[in-house]
Amino acid sequence: MTVATVHSRRRAITLVLIKVIAYVLITITAVSMIFPFYWMVTSSLKTEVEIFQVPPKWLPLPPQWENYDYVLNTVNFKLYTLNSFKIAILWTVGVVVSSSWAAYGFARVRFWGRETLFLITLAAMMIPGQVTMIPLFLVFNKIGWVNTHQPLWVPAFFGSAFGIFLIRQYFLTIPQELMDAAKIDGCSHFGIYWRVMMPLAKPALASLALLAFMGSWNSLLGPVIYLYDESLFTLPLGLTRFSGMYFTYWAYSMAGATITVIPILVVFLFTQQYFVRGVVLSGLKG
Amino acid sequence: MSAISSTVERRALGRAGFWRRVRNSENLYGLAFVGPLVIGLIIFTYGPVIAAAYLSLTEGDYIGTPAWVGLANYGRILQDELFWRAIGNTAYYVIGTLPTGMALSLALALAMNQKLRGIVFYRAIFFLPTITSAVAISLLWSWMYNPEFGVINTLLEKLGIKGPGWLASTKWALPAMMIMSVWVGLGYNMLLFLAGLQGIPTEFYEAAEIDGAGPWRRFMHVTFPLLSPTTFMIAVLSVIGGFQVFEYSFVMTHGGPLWSTLTVVLLIYMRAFETFEMGYASALAYVLFAIILVLTLFQFRGQSRWVHYEL
Repeated sequence: MTVATVHSRRRAITLVLIKVIAYVLITITAVSMIFPFYWMVTSSLKTEVEIFQVPPKWLPLPPQWENYDYVLNTVNFKLYTLNSFKIAILWTVGVVVSSSWAAYGFARVRFWGRETLFLITLAAMMIPGQVTMIPLFLVFNKIGWVNTHQPLWVPAFFGSAFGIFLIRQYFLTIPQELMDAAKIDGCSHFGIYWRVMMPLAKPALASLALLAFMGSWNSLLGPVIYLYDESLFTLPLGLTRFSGMYFTYWAYSMAGATITVIPILVVFLFTQQYFVRGVVLSGLKG
Repeated sequence: MSAISSTVERRALGRAGFWRRVRNSENLYGLAFVGPLVIGLIIFTYGPVIAAAYLSLTEGDYIGTPAWVGLANYGRILQDELFWRAIGNTAYYVIGTLPTGMALSLALALAMNQKLRGIVFYRAIFFLPTITSAVAISLLWSWMYNPEFGVINTLLEKLGIKGPGWLASTKWALPAMMIMSVWVGLGYNMLLFLAGLQGIPTEFYEAAEIDGAGPWRRFMHVTFPLLSPTTFMIAVLSVIGGFQVFEYSFVMTHGGPLWSTLTVVLLIYMRAFETFEMGYASALAYVLFAIILVLTLFQFRGQSRWVHYEL
């Protein structure tokens, strides 16, 4: 046996070893990621007696689907779900439309003061929401918007700094020649925005839309501050209030939690690529 | 005489130039495209930032006119036991979760970078906590942490360990949240690391291999230095995020037991919307802003020692 073959055999063994370790690590992590969700769903299908059974039952048989009926209809999670959808959809439309609109201005219109304004826009991302939260509440209170859904979606229609940044970067990668060609064909800036840029920017718009939807769907602080009537509650708020009142009704709480998770999970499973890219980009912004 | 007329002329010209600039169609288009944004920035960001600074120097609930108190609110913060409690808890939280979370997610990213089968499937699983509402996660873990009937203590018992009271214990409530938050952030940080790993050109590894470097030395001398911008970014994001934790404490313990899980944002919320001390809450928010800003600047200044931007 030559030195070279010994060396390459050792190398092959190392490679296999690394792969084995990698698989073991990934599998252990995957199990620990899945297990809490498994526990959430199985708990949601148990009776109140089974919930407190020691040792615990690993499968809820027969499954108590009535728990979902109770949470959806008696505790009104059906209405919370509708409210959550309404706010999240309005918020998402607002963020996507207004951010792409402003992003076009920053990317393709040469107006006076553009660079300065762009910096001011980016600087807004550094300001924590807790600073602006109190004055905004006082303003919304004054104009009678407290205890309505408006504070939770109207601001989206004025542009999000991160969304503008994301879409502007994407617009900048679209060749200027396309725009010049559209101009020769008699397109104004509005036409170029709508007919040239928006269709080409679909992947970035999809990422932004998913990120916005997820943010709105999961948010708690805004609804907690602005919504008092139970009929206005969103899912996270309804879930918080319900569990606060009935802290030991774990089966119902877990059913409510499952209902909160399912819509976003379905969206995620169908749009994983855009979703993951959006989230990675939102981290990379810094 | 001529001097005066020339200034008048110049002024007229200047004014005409101004109007010409305004009427320049690019500027009008610019106004159309960024006008709404400018209004939004004034109403929803910069206006409130200034208003909060003013409010922090006043006292009052949300109905009456705020009364000027100067720097009294800031003085009160320094003597507020709950504030220092929240700062201490937050520091403990960040120091406890940041290194563990980063080491685990880096290890996971290295494993995921081995070109194994089923990566997309695993990635979806690791990503579940990132997309899940913090309220649902908090409730779920509250249930799992239940001292008597929770699945965690049940499993520990099988291993012969008597589990602690978790959220009911002043000693264990915060660590319980920290374990949960590492679990939540793992997949997200892993993805950021993975993106960083995939950005390292393979030539570096090939060169290191020709030089006879084994896997461990390749990691220490190629991967880790070239990954440092990603590591740095995750550290900055984690510190900022750590100081803004709210939902976990709000849902799981409301700061208890005995304020052992009180966070700064929860304290701001309590002062603003439970005891209606808008001025004091604004001052707290500004202190939080300052802390985040200082820590971020600190990290940026320290980065030259260990972050490499060769690429």
